[in-house]
Amino acid sequence: METIKLTIDNKAIEVAKGTTILKAAREAGIHIPTLCYLHLHDLNIENKPAGCRICVVEVEGRRNLAPACVTECTEGMVVNTHNIKVLNARKTVLELILSDHPTDCLICAKNGNCELQTMAQEFGIRKLHYEGEQSHYREDTSPAIIRDVDKCIMCRRCEMMCNEVQTVGVLSAVNRGFMSVVAPAFEMNLDHSVCTYCGQCVAVCPTGALTEVDHTNSVIRALADPTKTVVVQTAPAVRAALGEEFGMEAGTLVTGKLAAALRRLGFNYVFDTDFAADLTIMEEGTELLDRLTRHLNGDKNVPLPILTSCCPGWVNFFEHQFPDMMDIPSTARSPQQMFGAIAKTYFAEKIGINRENMVVVSIMPCLAKKYECQRDEFATNGNPDVDFSISTRELAHLIKQSNIDFNALPDEDFDNPLGESTGAAVIFGTTGGVIEAAVRTAYEVHTGKKLAKVDFEELRGMDYIRKATIDFDGLPINIGIAHGLGNARKLLQDIKDGKSEFHAIEIMACPGGCIGGGGQPLHHGDSSVIKARQKAIYVEDAGKTIRKSHENPYIVKLYEEFLGKPLSEKSHHLLHTHYFDKSNETFIE
Amino acid sequence: MANIKISANKLDELKAVCKSFNNEKGELINVLHKAQGIFGYLPAEVQEVIAKELNVSVAHVYGVVSFYSFFTMLPKGEHPVSICLGTACYVRGAEKVIDEFKRLLNINVGETTPDGKFSLACLRCVGACGLAPVVLVGEKVYGRVAPDGVKDIVAEYAK
Repeated sequence: METIKLTIDNKAIEVAKGTTILKAAREAGIHIPTLCYLHLHDLNIENKPAGCRICVVEVEGRRNLAPACVTECTEGMVVNTHNIKVLNARKTVLELILSDHPTDCLICAKNGNCELQTMAQEFGIRKLHYEGEQSHYREDTSPAIIRDVDKCIMCRRCEMMCNEVQTVGVLSAVNRGFMSVVAPAFEMNLDHSVCTYCGQCVAVCPTGALTEVDHTNSVIRALADPTKTVVVQTAPAVRAALGEEFGMEAGTLVTGKLAAALRRLGFNYVFDTDFAADLTIMEEGTELLDRLTRHLNGDKNVPLPILTSCCPGWVNFFEHQFPDMMDIPSTARSPQQMFGAIAKTYFAEKIGINRENMVVVSIMPCLAKKYECQRDEFATNGNPDVDFSISTRELAHLIKQSNIDFNALPDEDFDNPLGESTGAAVIFGTTGGVIEAAVRTAYEVHTGKKLAKVDFEELRGMDYIRKATIDFDGLPINIGIAHGLGNARKLLQDIKDGKSEFHAIEIMACPGGCIGGGGQPLHHGDSSVIKARQKAIYVEDAGKTIRKSHENPYIVKLYEEFLGKPLSEKSHHLLHTHYFDKSNETFIE
Repeated sequence: MANIKISANKLDELKAVCKSFNNEKGELINVLHKAQGIFGYLPAEVQEVIAKELNVSVAHVYGVVSFYSFFTMLPKGEHPVSICLGTACYVRGAEKVIDEFKRLLNINVGETTPDGKFSLACLRCVGACGLAPVVLVGEKVYGRVAPDGVKDIVAEYAK
């Protein structure tokens, strides 16, 4: 490897050719501040438009200061990252950004979590020397995401996520000069665009320009209403990330404390979306085997591969962008919606209340879930199966507001019957998990044999597109996995072109799967956080006594008492859905 | 895609333009330039067709259209008025000529009168600096235009 020798802040260092000053400095333990720059190393995502100019450094012999994020090191380079010239320039840049930024930090949704605010604090900004015009745009509220572009600093991270990673193409920089802003086409609202509400723009926004629609107050009101029975479900990825909001190390599992906190918040029943994940496997796994058998028996009307359908961002994506392929995804509803449907029928009957008197709250790592639970097809007589979906971040706020010392909570269990789950359900939280869970059940159902080992290492990892062939006792099943919608698009295009050899494909909209969801604690550019959460998910799985969905005793009981069998008429009615062509619903009203 | 409100033959023409540039993403600006030649402006429907043909997002197309002042999403008037703001015209009082047009037509630069007769635009140097300040109405050139001569030009087309 060709290397280059240079000096940064009087420190002699050697780096690989092609390394930027920013990376070289970080390797040497010198932290040059950045704002627009973002590098999610483990996910191979990088944003460096060199737009903000916060990272400028002095390079001896060069007339102007250089942006460290895009300037490559050269032999013998002498770099100074904090002399008076650099510090003054950096402060001026920051003050100019702040001069066109609202100063309502105290009441901003990102208060305490804003990279611009942190920087202003670190730089010791106490006065704004530049007064001038401020830009004003209308606020754009969609079912899941709020755009408040007065707070946009044009870092372009959201644009990069939306276009390059997700290939959704909703956001673009528009207009020029002072008027420039990141917006959907024709500056329409998000809900008139092809936005999937995946929330990856929110996950990377350094300021309060992109935030989630907050339902915590609705939840507080429901909990205070004595006429309502409030039932809560919590998604698998939440337990692997919530601890971060309370100062715990990334990857700390807080399952027991989570259940305890929800109970102290006053939820009448503390249940688990994992139960519904097991149910999803029963339905989706049976559908997979059914389609596979019919296809292999020569029924050409049965399309393969079957695609998973638990991810609402992904559902929105294919409804908008691949409406001609809506017969391919499984018809199984997502675990969130299966839970709601079962809670408001089976469980409501069990405890003898009407669905109108039950409020179902879901805790999700996801913003698209907020939209999903508002879809018309998931309501009965206007009463939604899931009333409110709040993110991991919102739950953390709720716990803090309620004076609960989270770190001191004991470990408690979920309630029954909708709180019992298996290891197969837990791994829904990471890329590769849903299909591994499906394989564990489908294998045993199809072959009638017990799996000697339930861990399918070949399906795990963080590579964007993964392939594996699993031997179903002589029948090779080709499995595909994609996370990130841009990668999903590649697999879909292959299917469209007739080049796909997969029998089943798992797709997750967010890089990493739900652990990297748009509603999770903010990673602030540190992708090792997402990896740590993934590890935690597999630890939780390995520690479970039951690790296959079809062995969950309460699932078995649910079928005996209520549903009959997978794909029964009742199952179809409550647990399956249909998709809508949304390609005509955009832009022009 | 939205329902296309543009006529079938113009749609074909637009698609032919995209094809003449091999439907390449990198040719977006050239395609937009030609499209504006066909339609006189770039309404949302046209941008959507171009986005689809070139396989880019509509937001990206709109980003480019809204960036360059040459591109417009507003239809031009029957008689597009362009005032040169090149250096020579500018120092000889083009700005006052613009103000007079704005006052008489009661529109801003970049807009079209409600009856669709006139639209107002600025441009840079038409290469007739000897005639500064220069005004174009359609293809016709007016030289040495003074603010008090504007009402005569407008009257010529206001019939």
